[in-house]
Amino acid sequence: MRRCLHAYAGRVGYAEAADLQERCARLLKDGGTVERLLLLEHPPVITLGRNARSADVLHDEATLESLGVAVHETNRGGQVTYHGPGQLVGYPILDLSPDRRDVARYLRDLEEVLIRTLSQFGVTAGRAPGLTGVWVGPEKIASLGVHLSRWVTTHGFALNVNTDLSRFGLIVPCGLRGAAVTSMQRLLGRTLPLEEVAAAIVPVFGEVFGREMAPGSPPVAPAAAPALTEVA
Amino acid sequence: MRVDVIMPQMGESIAEGTLTRWLKKPGDKVARDEPIFEISTDKVDAEIPSPAAGTLVEIKVQEGQTVPINVVVAQIETEAGAAAGAGKAAAQPEGPKAAPEGAKAAPAAQAPAAKQPPAASAKPAVPAGGGSDGRDRAPQAEAPAAPSAPASWGPGPSASREIPKASSLAGSGSTVDDLRRVRSSPVVRKIAQEHHVDISRLAGTGVSGRVTKKDILAAIEGGAATAARAAGAPDRSASPAPAAAAASRSSAPAPVYAPGQRSSIVPMTAMRKKIAEHMIASRRTSAHVTTVFEVDMSRVMRLREEHKQAFQERHGVKLTPTPFMVRAAVEALKAFPEINASIEGDNVVYKKDMNIGIAVALDWGLIVPVLKHADDLSLSGIAKAVADLAERARTKKLSPDDVQGGTFTITNPGIFGSLFGTPIISQPQVAILGVGVIEKRVVVVQDAIGIRPMVFLALSFDHRLIDGAVADQFMAHIKATLEQGKFAEIV
Repeated sequence: MRRCLHAYAGRVGYAEAADLQERCARLLKDGGTVERLLLLEHPPVITLGRNARSADVLHDEATLESLGVAVHETNRGGQVTYHGPGQLVGYPILDLSPDRRDVARYLRDLEEVLIRTLSQFGVTAGRAPGLTGVWVGPEKIASLGVHLSRWVTTHGFALNVNTDLSRFGLIVPCGLRGAAVTSMQRLLGRTLPLEEVAAAIVPVFGEVFGREMAPGSPPVAPAAAPALTEVA
Repeated sequence: MRVDVIMPQMGESIAEGTLTRWLKKPGDKVARDEPIFEISTDKVDAEIPSPAAGTLVEIKVQEGQTVPINVVVAQIETEAGAAAGAGKAAAQPEGPKAAPEGAKAAPAAQAPAAKQPPAASAKPAVPAGGGSDGRDRAPQAEAPAAPSAPASWGPGPSASREIPKASSLAGSGSTVDDLRRVRSSPVVRKIAQEHHVDISRLAGTGVSGRVTKKDILAAIEGGAATAARAAGAPDRSASPAPAAAAASRSSAPAPVYAPGQRSSIVPMTAMRKKIAEHMIASRRTSAHVTTVFEVDMSRVMRLREEHKQAFQERHGVKLTPTPFMVRAAVEALKAFPEINASIEGDNVVYKKDMNIGIAVALDWGLIVPVLKHADDLSLSGIAKAVADLAERARTKKLSPDDVQGGTFTITNPGIFGSLFGTPIISQPQVAILGVGVIEKRVVVVQDAIGIRPMVFLALSFDHRLIDGAVADQFMAHIKATLEQGKFAEIV
């Protein structure tokens, strides 16, 4: 069984996290074998996927800046989304070769991980036909956006745990006008530590993807990058 | 030489992709495996690496356009150096290239046709799945699995002995070098390049003889001498290995064992996976039970013997035991309509039409065309229809419609000598009849020992819907028809 190192990294800036993913992915593409599941939260940021329309960001950058929200273009699939404190972001860096080379399957698998995890917390979530993401009734609780290069994955999922949902009002999430978002906090009436949800995701992730999960020291910032070699 | 760059298939269920961005423009040099464009499907964005080193000469699909998989999106002019290697393997793969070169005007429409080897478009790659869901698989089969045909005497989703990667290699004008290249990863090639090691001289220990990182590092450490010895054939111009690889890909899928390996790992093809899923799905859906009856075929064989010449003259087809089996099954289905039925949710759907799937053995496997409205046909009508279906199955002229809509299936493991099997039901049907070999056996006839042509008939039925008593009465009905039936209108 392939080994996947997981770490909860706390709050990490968007650009920094993108960098981190890129380095982990690079190692894999260059023949490394260490796969990772990076779990973290971002400071407030709006990200534009490859299919984003600028009209889906409802405010100009100055306004957003005054609200403390950064804007980033990214190379993930999908449209516009919001990340911020209280949202658990997962970035699996996996090599889908040779046996899982199917993007649709990958998305469904990510959804499966979240659906199963949510059920452990008493939240019954599911899929919406034709739409990617995880939904509770008509409301979206998690979004997906993925980038692939030589079947190595970057980006991933964003699960609203205690997210300030009003921030989604700044955008048209995923290009779906009027789509409501929800969070575990709203559904359960209590705040959950992100770390607790992260810890619940890990074994489920291993189960769905057939990976042996092992803790791997949280990959460090670029300055101290050498630590990111293949320690297993 | 121009190399086509195609829209890749990003997953089994994905039929098209949207080209979101060109990372290179016409005139740009590209390295092999260097990302040259990006596509997006659903929520996924992917960089697509170049299939060859050279110059991007033509872009045929613009940013924002959505095209089906395997459509040519661009062409790369490879460096002249490739020509040397091309000569060897070019013979047959080069064939289909002529067309796209000639008419560049309508890329989207013509490209896929040109890409695919002729065999792929032949209809009968359709699976033998009598059920309506056979349709799902048919189009899938066309792209990657050129010479495939269903095999296995399981009824529904028939197996296919196809050759892994055959078309992908044949279609792209593979050179000897290409054949070798598929046996190493980009990292290995990079290392090889840095150390001036010729990968084609190394014997790989990886899957299917792939040269692994370990191999190349060992080779570098051991020096060129080791490398040459490992290859066993230092003279590259005579190198038999790639040629052999090419040959084996276009015929039987004999597993390739790397030196020192006791097993060979080959990913299942899309079709193989479908078949596996279908078989398991049937097992999971139906409560399979098999009941076996032994039938004395003396009467049928005698009738056949008496009438075969006249029958052949009059109808132009041979009189085989099959039409008798079909007729007996149809009569029994009329008496037990729950066997010509299916389950949908909490409902039983009885089928008025009796469409009998008939397994036809082929050189390359087995297919199950469907004899429509078998209950309306006379014995000679059945014989002619079966002969027609069998003939078209063998000449690959079945249409998708010919293998769909079955309500009951008859399979025939007996042609290989099997006494009886326990066939898997072709969903959404609820029963399948397996006919064993008809052979003379010693039996007790009226308290004496006699020699009779006997056959075992095995019925696998779905116990959710069909009780054992019903299944056995159905079988007794078939037995009675075969042993005592008049088959009045034979000639």
